[in-house]
Amino acid sequence: MNEPAREWPASAVRQVEADPHAIHRLFPQAERRGGPGTRRALLRALRGDLAVIRSLYEAGDSGERLAILTALHELDLDGTAVALVEDALRTNDARLVAAALGPYGSAWLSDHAYRQGVLKCVFMSIPLTAVAGLERRFDAELARMLADYAAELRAAGRPVPADVLERI
Amino acid sequence: MRIFDPHVHMTSRTTDDYRRMYDAGVRAVVEPAFWLGQPRTNVGSFLDYFDALLGWEPYRAAQHGIRHHCALALNPKEANDPRCAPVLAELPRYLLKDSVVAVGEVGYDSMTPEEERAFEAQLALAQDNDLPVLVHTPHRDKAEGTRRTLEVVRAAGLPAGRVLVDHLNELTVGMVADSGCWMGFSIYPDTKMDPGRMVTLLKEYGTDRMLVNSAADWGRSDPLKTREVADAMLAAGFGEDDVDQVLWRNPAAFYGQSGRLHLDPGLGSGSEAGSEAGSEAGSEAGSEAVQDYAGNTIRRG
Repeated sequence: MNEPAREWPASAVRQVEADPHAIHRLFPQAERRGGPGTRRALLRALRGDLAVIRSLYEAGDSGERLAILTALHELDLDGTAVALVEDALRTNDARLVAAALGPYGSAWLSDHAYRQGVLKCVFMSIPLTAVAGLERRFDAELARMLADYAAELRAAGRPVPADVLERI
Repeated sequence: MRIFDPHVHMTSRTTDDYRRMYDAGVRAVVEPAFWLGQPRTNVGSFLDYFDALLGWEPYRAAQHGIRHHCALALNPKEANDPRCAPVLAELPRYLLKDSVVAVGEVGYDSMTPEEERAFEAQLALAQDNDLPVLVHTPHRDKAEGTRRTLEVVRAAGLPAGRVLVDHLNELTVGMVADSGCWMGFSIYPDTKMDPGRMVTLLKEYGTDRMLVNSAADWGRSDPLKTREVADAMLAAGFGEDDVDQVLWRNPAAFYGQSGRLHLDPGLGSGSEAGSEAGSEAGSEAGSEAVQDYAGNTIRRG
């Protein structure tokens, strides 16, 4: 806390550029010491180092994982980090699930995983406007899955969410 | 009334408990890492537990309008198992996390050399990471254990104000009061302290540096015991400000020393110790937090 917050991000980025493994110590404290956006800057400084990004994700708390998931599409990874998105889709944390269906997940998840992810959003009350690329990836199978879910809700006397109704 | 339970093992509690705690006025908790009923046998078991205290549990708490922070450590009992002790090497990276507000619970269980080594090593980790420490005192041979605890803390060179010594009773409160450390009391249905005896100690020792917790876990315990103490204090003639000091401002000030404690601004914080945010306004802010999209989904996908 001795270092002024405005110098912290630039200094941290330099350290990561010099040694990618320095990010393991810097990333957890980056937002509280460097302010908003510092984690994203550190991730960019990794220049697409998948092994470090993966271990950072695996050692991360929810905030760190969220920062990684939302930055994945900017990190020059192509489809190599899709396992991280699949991991996030297995959690029960709506923030992580929504982030998993951001631009990166939309670009690289398989059709099956993407459809399951969209349906999981509906279950978790995550608005479908939060799902990236839905218009582009929407297909007949996803429409069928949503329609079946709507039928299940109606059978139970429960309301069908508006964002589901307008897509079936 | 706003309540901060500075020691409760929510991992072992149900979602209904969160709702009942919210209704009773609980708006913030600290969950220290401890043993489960079943002994752990490997380091990975600790890591999943720490991850839950940093991930799932605060998320679950937020859905019920309660702010959750944690303290992390290798607990004294499992420090005796050579299969578990290597988790000490993993702790430094965990102590950097945003919602870690202390090292704990550390201390003695059976007062073995292994426990003492882990205790001392973790006091050093607390100093390295600028974190306060939550110290468990043993249930067997408590007075002697508390004396030795205070000696270890003194020898480590930690400022007394950075240390909370917990599970105190009539026989151990005096030496901790004299040490300058914060004093913690666990209120239980049958063992440890009860609300009536707690009020007696508050009358004798005052309300400074005094913290009350439910220490609710997987045993016979009750997460609403903090509220019972608040009600017993009022019935015994303490004012609402005294209750707010013991049940909110003291834990907020102690854990606030980490620089990582984030409480709902509508409920005030340790640094605004004297100001009254107003308990009515506070509960409304909490209800709104429950409605908030980011924390509202209790459904499972």
